[in-house]
Amino acid sequence: MRSGVWQRLDLLARNLLPFVFTIFLITFGMVPLRLPEIAPVAPALALIAVYFWTVYRPDLMPQWAVFLIGLFQDLLSGGVVGVWVLTLLLVQLLVRALRRTFVGASFIAVWMIFAMVALGAEFTAWLLNSAFYLRLVDPEPAMLQAAMTLAVYPVLAWLFTWAQRAFLR
Amino acid sequence: MKDQAGSVVRLAKPLRAWLQRFALLSLIGAAFALMLLGKADSLLLERVRSAVVDTVTPILNAASKPVATVKGVIQGAQELAELRAENAELRARNERLMHWQMVARRLEVENESLRGLLELIPDPLETAITARVVADPGGAFVRSVLVNAGTRDGLQRGQAALTGMGLAGRVAQVGQRSARILLITDMNSRVPVMVGAHRERALLAGDNSDRPRIDFLRPRVVVLPGDRVLTSGHGGVLPAGLPIGEVISVGETGVKVEPYVDVHRLEFLRILDYEMPGLLQPVQGGQ
Repeated sequence: MRSGVWQRLDLLARNLLPFVFTIFLITFGMVPLRLPEIAPVAPALALIAVYFWTVYRPDLMPQWAVFLIGLFQDLLSGGVVGVWVLTLLLVQLLVRALRRTFVGASFIAVWMIFAMVALGAEFTAWLLNSAFYLRLVDPEPAMLQAAMTLAVYPVLAWLFTWAQRAFLR
Repeated sequence: MKDQAGSVVRLAKPLRAWLQRFALLSLIGAAFALMLLGKADSLLLERVRSAVVDTVTPILNAASKPVATVKGVIQGAQELAELRAENAELRARNERLMHWQMVARRLEVENESLRGLLELIPDPLETAITARVVADPGGAFVRSVLVNAGTRDGLQRGQAALTGMGLAGRVAQVGQRSARILLITDMNSRVPVMVGAHRERALLAGDNSDRPRIDFLRPRVVVLPGDRVLTSGHGGVLPAGLPIGEVISVGETGVKVEPYVDVHRLEFLRILDYEMPGLLQPVQGGQ
């Protein structure tokens, strides 16, 4: 009986890992690096996490987790609350609709699709911000963020793959 | 028995799919509701935000220190290489500054005596709290930083945040032990300023670029690149005369200002506690 409880706890911890990992990632992504030449805009790490886990392990990235991740991102970054919540939910919806495409897809293919998703997500965030402030917000930082996010994707994907192999077989 | 279980499963599957779709719809609805709530400028949302930032700040505080240390070591090595050249330059600058100090002293005395003659009411006292910048969200639509001081250190909304170079931003949201500083480059930042030698009043408006622009300048006022931009003190929240930057370009698209502060490299910020005596007196007695 006791081992059953422990097993369940263990399973729960493993299932929660992607969510907790993402929350920490968002937090540490905000540590000031003071490198304006390299990173005038920080990459959207939450976007990578939600995309990756929805593609490879959708069971470990439920909708409520995406909602909370978006909310955490919005609250901590000081942006309009709800923008990343909505954007990330839509990203998940899109990825789930494209499920068939990802079966057996190579890393490069998944990365290329991510490029489209990142552009679409930044555009959505830009649209929502513009609607919120009732004026056209400068889209350049958003496009820059999409590019930064795309560049960081392989590193995080490697990290997530490692985490998946180590803890989530 | 087996048949019964099968029919339950058959029934449960579409039900679950339906529930899932309903959950997604309600989550999306909740996201929109949150945006509307934010639009209504809800106090509740601000409180939740402060609580979340408060919770995370100790982690950020701990994490930002080693990053600063590593950066310091790298910078130290770089500086070591340029020590000689820098030394010579500093000597020259020191000489120039000594001259300026003399001028400033003389002017200070003169200013004091003139104020005495005019019986000018002195500016209110300022005290400053120094706080470390623990987070730079680096978002695409917000220009703000988090500092590790809050209401328990005496911070309040609207206070000015400075570096040694000039104004960096204002306190936009305060938690118990953390606060968000809205930088002057953010598109929601508006600072009343004075421009140039004639101290023309205007408003410095951020637009998320590194160079905020000047709004509401009187027509036919000539502003030239190189003109200094200072806080005007209008509105009574910021002290007058804090340096902000210099006009860098005057063109069709408006007047752009290059801030003295490098908003990408903020490490410590001085938060000015400045209260206009008599301007915002609490209501006393019954209402």
